[in-house]
Amino acid sequence: MATTGLIMLSYLVAHMIGNLKIFAGRQTFNQYADWLRTMGEPAIPRRTILTLIEIVLVVCVIAHITSAVQLWHRAQRAHKSDYTTRTMRWGGVIVALFVVYHLLDLTFRVANPVGAAHDPYDNVVASFQQWPVTAFYMLALIAIGLHIRHGITSAMASLGVSHPAIPLVSNAFAFLLTVGFLVVPFAVLIGAVS
Amino acid sequence: MNLTLRIWRQPNAETAGKLVDYQIHDIGKDLSFLEMLDVLNERLASNNEEPIAFDSDCREGICGMCGLVIDGVPHGPSQGTTCQLHMRSFHDGQTITVEPWRAATFPVIRDLVVDRTPLDRIIQAGGYISAPTGSAPEANALPVPKADAEAAFDAAACIGCGACVAACPNGSAMLFTAAKAAHLAHLPQGQPERKTRARGMVEAQDELGFGGCSTVGACTTVCPKDIPLATIAQLNRDVLRPARSR
Amino acid sequence: MISYDVGVEISDRKAPTGPIEHRWSERRFEAKLVSPANRRKRTIIVVGTGLAGGAAGATLAEQGYRVIQFCIQDSPRRAHSIAAQGGINAAKNYRNDGDSIQRLFYDTVKGGDFRSRESNVYRLAEISTQIIDQCVAQGVPFAREYGGLLDTRSFGGVQVSRTFYARGQTGQQLLLGAYQALSRQIAAGRVEIHPRTEMLDLIVIDGHAKGVVVRDLVNGRISSYTADAVVLATGGYGNAYYLSTNAKGSNATAIWRAHRRGAYFANPAFTQIHPTCIPRSGEHQAKLTLMSESLRNDGRVWVPKKHGDPRPPREIPEEERDYFLERMYPRFGNLVPRDIASRATKNVCDEGRGVGPTGYGVYLDFAEAIDRLGMPIIKERYGNLFQMYERIAAEDPYTTPMRIYPAVHYTMGGLWVDYDLQSTIPGLFVIGEANFSDHGANRLGASALMQGLADGYFILPATINDYLADAAPVSVGTDRTEAEVRQRIDRLLKKGDRTADSFHRELGDLLWEHCGMSRTEASLRKALDRIPELREEFWDRITVTGSGQELNGELERAGRVADFLELAELMCLDALHREESCGGHFREESQTADGEAKRDDANFSYVAAWEYGKENPTLHKEELTFEYVHPAQRSYS
Ligand SMILES: Cc1cc2nc3c(=O)[nH]c(=O)nc-3n(C[C@H](O)[C@H](O)[C@H](O)COP(=O)(O)OP(=O)(O)OC[C@H]3O[C@@H](n4cnc5c(N)ncnc54)[C@H](O)[C@@H]3O)c2cc1C
Ligand code: HEM
Ligand code: HEM
Ligand code: SF4
Ligand code: F3S
Ligand code: FES
Repeated sequence: MATTGLIMLSYLVAHMIGNLKIFAGRQTFNQYADWLRTMGEPAIPRRTILTLIEIVLVVCVIAHITSAVQLWHRAQRAHKSDYTTRTMRWGGVIVALFVVYHLLDLTFRVANPVGAAHDPYDNVVASFQQWPVTAFYMLALIAIGLHIRHGITSAMASLGVSHPAIPLVSNAFAFLLTVGFLVVPFAVLIGAVS
Repeated sequence: MNLTLRIWRQPNAETAGKLVDYQIHDIGKDLSFLEMLDVLNERLASNNEEPIAFDSDCREGICGMCGLVIDGVPHGPSQGTTCQLHMRSFHDGQTITVEPWRAATFPVIRDLVVDRTPLDRIIQAGGYISAPTGSAPEANALPVPKADAEAAFDAAACIGCGACVAACPNGSAMLFTAAKAAHLAHLPQGQPERKTRARGMVEAQDELGFGGCSTVGACTTVCPKDIPLATIAQLNRDVLRPARSR
Repeated sequence: MISYDVGVEISDRKAPTGPIEHRWSERRFEAKLVSPANRRKRTIIVVGTGLAGGAAGATLAEQGYRVIQFCIQDSPRRAHSIAAQGGINAAKNYRNDGDSIQRLFYDTVKGGDFRSRESNVYRLAEISTQIIDQCVAQGVPFAREYGGLLDTRSFGGVQVSRTFYARGQTGQQLLLGAYQALSRQIAAGRVEIHPRTEMLDLIVIDGHAKGVVVRDLVNGRISSYTADAVVLATGGYGNAYYLSTNAKGSNATAIWRAHRRGAYFANPAFTQIHPTCIPRSGEHQAKLTLMSESLRNDGRVWVPKKHGDPRPPREIPEEERDYFLERMYPRFGNLVPRDIASRATKNVCDEGRGVGPTGYGVYLDFAEAIDRLGMPIIKERYGNLFQMYERIAAEDPYTTPMRIYPAVHYTMGGLWVDYDLQSTIPGLFVIGEANFSDHGANRLGASALMQGLADGYFILPATINDYLADAAPVSVGTDRTEAEVRQRIDRLLKKGDRTADSFHRELGDLLWEHCGMSRTEASLRKALDRIPELREEFWDRITVTGSGQELNGELERAGRVADFLELAELMCLDALHREESCGGHFREESQTADGEAKRDDANFSYVAAWEYGKENPTLHKEELTFEYVHPAQRSYS
């Protein structure tokens, strides 16, 4: 659980940094999106690395959810359930729903108002110009932040790392990550990016 | 002071239980919580009603026998064990709910008494140093740095009360398990069996039906001996590291 | 009133008679052995999982015996030994301060006021060093110096520093060590453990102890277990006084039932009253809490000079205070032995100078120590004790002096055993506080843990072989014991109008008043008149709700109180017959001019071993001889 969580987390970090390139303008952002696919070329065929990443992510999601269900199951057998664990589990489910919608929106573009095949910049801007979508993203991002906040502490303990600064660091980390994601929809909403 | 007590009554493991209200009057502030229950029991018994079953022995916070969930909190509102709780922590007219430890691994035997033998099983799965009587070297042959001895003691202070399990939303016994592992892992005598011990105890706690730990931390909050959360991380480290390495 | 017969003298025939330092190794050499193959076929029952029982069960199983073990708590780890605070003595002489086996032996015999056996005490001192080695190997986190070596402190007024300790929780850590060793044997399948199970009787077949009848406290099932030998490690009987520092569940049932089956009871009157306990606060108090003796190292004990002085302690000026221990015993001051400090405290309170709401308390004041050493040092030394006090008494000992009063703490008496720790019933061994073996009329601080572990780890596992080597195998015949236990339970299950606790409290008050810190012929006679009446009333009016087939605390308590009511009579009788003062047994008729205990060696230099009788008990004397330590009047003034 810790391993899969942390792998997904590292993806998120990279993804967040990538997203921030939107402030560098349409071209940089679109180039970046393209680079994602052409990474390693010509040594490696197009999309290899991206596909590998995708596979790893899918495996992680499945493994992560499987252990989450097991944990839940064991707790139920031990006759327990309350606030913190519930937040973690429902938080996780929200994350999952978000990812599904998010993929439909920006990867497969079926749920996107523009759905431009080679212009993710447009797609992003188009999405976030609809306030319900932005609201949903923001809520989901906060849920993700909370999930990660506890997730990092928990992952550290699971991996046997203990240090008095861990709670602080994971709070700060989760906060930065959430803000890093949030600024994009926020920027579109206030018109800073269009 | 006068109080209303809502106490869990359950005749045995097979029969369902329920909360029953009792009124109790003229309770002095200097009485301990358990002495207050003694007073109630004495009254019930002299009226030929069945007294409330609860566990206690040393009544000074060291044996780990007592343990009640008072107003939803294992061991009640003050730091320490149930037997160290005094009535001055409550106020006149208060309603106090008293329940047993809640966890499937600790089935209720009667009223407020639960069966905690699974904790013994965890220790049996490796919570010891194999040092048969007679085989010991001279005590000062192996110096132990003071800091290590102190750290070992901090963990060894666990009284095995099970409040951590009662508090944990996952019903995990990780804090208890980790405390024993940490006690022995801090000492040079505990090194040879360190990995097998950690693994054995964690496997046992899983097999016995305790939940997994997801670092909620409710356990440390109620622990009367302040066993820190870091001990769990330490245990996980010993479980994860390959058996050969330290 | 009950009287007694005097029977033939008894003696310990197991101790070798050569030079004292060779006796134990000689005995081990003479004792027969049981081959490893045969050990597997032998079963030993161990009742109790305290320091003595836990250590014995683990060690016997390690040797290859099959062990069946019982305790009344829900886990073997919770035996009353867990509560011991101060420490454990051992003649390691790590401090190079002149300690030796010889000196620990001498101190213990003298501290016991010359009412213990030299052979036994010497062996205890000899084994003490191995105990520390064993416990360290098990991972007991004893206090250490900065260099990593073991730390010691001096305890209870002894002039050498030989007490090993683990903060204020030495008993807990030692017991966890034994419990862990026992757990290892349980996991290996060599010990069969029965928690929440109470021994209610001893099965004696053809004069040999062959088993026990027990009650499963969860479902009430009564059953018999048979074995090749039975070991009792059930602790002391201080709870006869109702209020004591013992755990609530501590009881005399196992040893009293064995006594009724033929085991002699030695020196039942020898009780230790500990001077530094938190005074009782009201009638509903369930037990008394000990404050470690170490507090007397820095605290000063005083009362106001004026009777019933109503002022708070801090407003009483220095010259109106009576530091009575320092005044009476200038040489030892606040560090006089337990019995002396206790009696002096009682006397000032009886004069009407006691403090606190009940008038039964004296101040233990740290103001001077805080001035002298500074707050941080006091905090480091006593912080956790102060916290414990504050939690119970709701007063801050840093600013207000503590209030303390003596309380029943330990029983030196117990079942009579020989050098092999075997009782007068062959095959019945008794270890730990349950026997009478090593402390004479007064136990030194930090010596009970030492004795329990010496018995359990080292002595019993060596001596029991000698019995088992030619004990007849268990013959499972029909036995009446179980039926008798059932009948007794049926007698207890009735609806009367008084609870077991109310009888227990009354008995406790009676004993405290008449057979407590000081005893007189008149007081003891009064108690001996009253106890049979109380017992009769008990069987007449006792109320026990519920049934025998379930967890039933009332039934458990009633059974234990019924036994205390019988034992109490023997305690008083023993106290009455011993017309001398010695150690914790203070007969007002026998004191020196300055009020100290006066022994009568010419007439009472013996162990009083009582044989049970339906009508009257019979007294068997075991003469004590002193070859190495010469009896002298104890003097601390
Ligand atoms: C508060 C306190 C502090 C102390 N501090 C010190 C100290 O600092 N140093 C020191 O040397 N000594 C100290 N002592 C004394 C010492 O703790 C005890 O004498 C010693 O621990 C007794 O050990 P034990 O193994 O004989 O019996 P216990 O530890 O009393 O064990 C008795 C066992 O027998 C079982 N049992 C009892 N009756 C039955 C029955 N009928 N059926 C089945 N099982 C039964 C119980 O369940 C338990 O397992 C202290 C005592 C007290 C009360
Ligand atoms: C359907 C989706 C998800 C579900 C149901 C889910 C559920 C859970 C649960 C129940 C836990 C453990 C409980 C706890 O530690 O308190 C957990 C831990 C964690 N999750 Fe998720 N989660 C999901 C998605 C994610 C995603 C997308 C990420 C990363 C971006 C993530 C990161 C983490 C991390 C780092 C942990 C800590 C691992 C540990 O405890 O060792 N989770 N998750
Ligand atoms: C405001 C925040 C976010 C923005 C603007 C954003 C933007 C994007 C864009 C534009 C893509 C498409 C890239 C492409 O196809 O070239 C994408 C893909 C993706 N995003 Fe996000 N995203 C955000 C938050 C998240 C979060 C919080 C998660 C996970 C929890 C996430 C998971 C993914 C995944 C899994 C993909 C698919 C990658 C692939 O093609 O394999 N995103 N995102
Ligand atoms: S870890 Fe704390 S709460 Fe858990 S059993 Fe030990 S003392 Fe009790
Ligand atoms: S509350 Fe439970 S989840 Fe772990 S940190 Fe404590 S055991
Ligand atoms: S009764 Fe022993 S810890 Fe509470």
